Amino acid sequence: MDILTRTLAASGLALALAATPAAADEFTQQDLKLWESQYQAAVKQGRELWTSADLGTNGVACAQCHPNAANTHPETYPKFQKQLGKVAPVWEMVNWCIRNPLEGKDLAADDPKMIAIQAYIHWERRGVKLAPGKH
Amino acid sequence: MSKFNRRDFLKSGGALLAAGTLPLSLIELAFADKRQNFTFAYISDSHIQHIKGKEFVRNWDRGLMRAVAETNLMDPKPDFVMYGGDLAQLGTKPEIDHGLELLAPLTHKKYFVIGEHDYYLDLGEYWQQVASPLYYSFDHKGVHFVVLNSILTYDEWTYKRWPTAEERMLQMAGLDNPNGSPFMVGDKQRAWLRQDLAKVGKDTPIVVFSHSPLQKIFRGWNFWTEDAEQVQALLRPFKKVTVFYGHVHQIQYNQIGNISFHAAMATAWPWPYPSTYAQVQTRLPKLTVEMNRADPFFERDATGWQFIDVWSGNASVHYSLPENRTRTVAFNTRTRRPEDRQYQDPARHVPPQTHF
Repeated sequence: MDILTRTLAASGLALALAATPAAADEFTQQDLKLWESQYQAAVKQGRELWTSADLGTNGVACAQCHPNAANTHPETYPKFQKQLGKVAPVWEMVNWCIRNPLEGKDLAADDPKMIAIQAYIHWERRGVKLAPGKH
Repeated sequence: MSKFNRRDFLKSGGALLAAGTLPLSLIELAFADKRQNFTFAYISDSHIQHIKGKEFVRNWDRGLMRAVAETNLMDPKPDFVMYGGDLAQLGTKPEIDHGLELLAPLTHKKYFVIGEHDYYLDLGEYWQQVASPLYYSFDHKGVHFVVLNSILTYDEWTYKRWPTAEERMLQMAGLDNPNGSPFMVGDKQRAWLRQDLAKVGKDTPIVVFSHSPLQKIFRGWNFWTEDAEQVQALLRPFKKVTVFYGHVHQIQYNQIGNISFHAAMATAWPWPYPSTYAQVQTRLPKLTVEMNRADPFFERDATGWQFIDVWSGNASVHYSLPENRTRTVAFNTRTRRPEDRQYQDPARHVPPQTHF
């Protein structure tokens, strides 16, 4: 029994769920397709932003220095970024690049554009082992 | 020669360099008769990028301005300056004009290689008016220099695929764009090269400049020339051949048969090595010890400079990276290939040579 099941059992919900046809941990092909299409839509939007001049003010695009999002190594974040003097998540480095080489304005952490950019760079690094805190 | 090092070079070659970090290459060609020795500078990949009106991307401007200023300080004065291509970002007149304006303070004779960013808007028309022919050769103090236009591609892609010239330029400007097309020298230019080389003695040192590598490294980013083997075959009969190329914005070197290859760093920005793109298998020449990872917080890092002497026809390349130790890649006469003097042995690699 995991913690969730125990908690549910304690609150009397477990029985109710067991009686429902779609149990919590059963998802359908339809679910899988939905999640994949939603994620890939974010990846696609991220790729468009990556190659677009619209994030900054000087026409420079992320892809100019980072073809295929190479050298962004999202698998290492959050990590100590010596130039920032603290442990920073990858979106803070994305904003650093938007402010500096792109001469643009920060995106909010939860801006759908920032989410899309992170979806894209993670997709280009799929399959790479997590290397938390490296370099 | 096998004992050759930087200090020997400075003593015997007589080249003195201002201290500092120059985003360019200085090449010395050394001969037994010292009166014949000469140097030339090599600047590449400035990607001058127009914003609007009189505004251009500051970062890229500064890289080229620094290279030009440092070149003018060199003593002895280089005989000429070779520009390695991608002066512009999107091939427009304002970009080419502004790039040439930034190069104008050079007091040297200038030669140019064309890059894809200079070419695919008007197919080199304006470039030929104000900068240079697209391919040519010349002789200088006993060395035969050849400049190739290696960034041509299939006719269908160039002439038929895109609705406008601007669209064609934008498509080719994206390094990782799957709608791009592989570079090539092409039949016509190879026929010209064959004829050009026919009149050159086989003992004459040959130095070839191309924008793309005349070797196949990674097709996805056009670190590649489609007919590289055919060009190499034309160079094979000569004793000493060195190919210098731009485009890749990073240290690369290799030896294929009699041909030594060396890449130039960019004045604009560095590129990651193809191996850092995890979704494909890539083949960097295994000889190359990679340059250190760039510090993004220092905009000139990994743009660096190199000077090169071609001692008896083989090159020694001295790389200077702003925040890293100087590197020397010299031809080893015993193994007959270029090798890093300090880092060639994998056991001697330093942590920043590991790339993520």
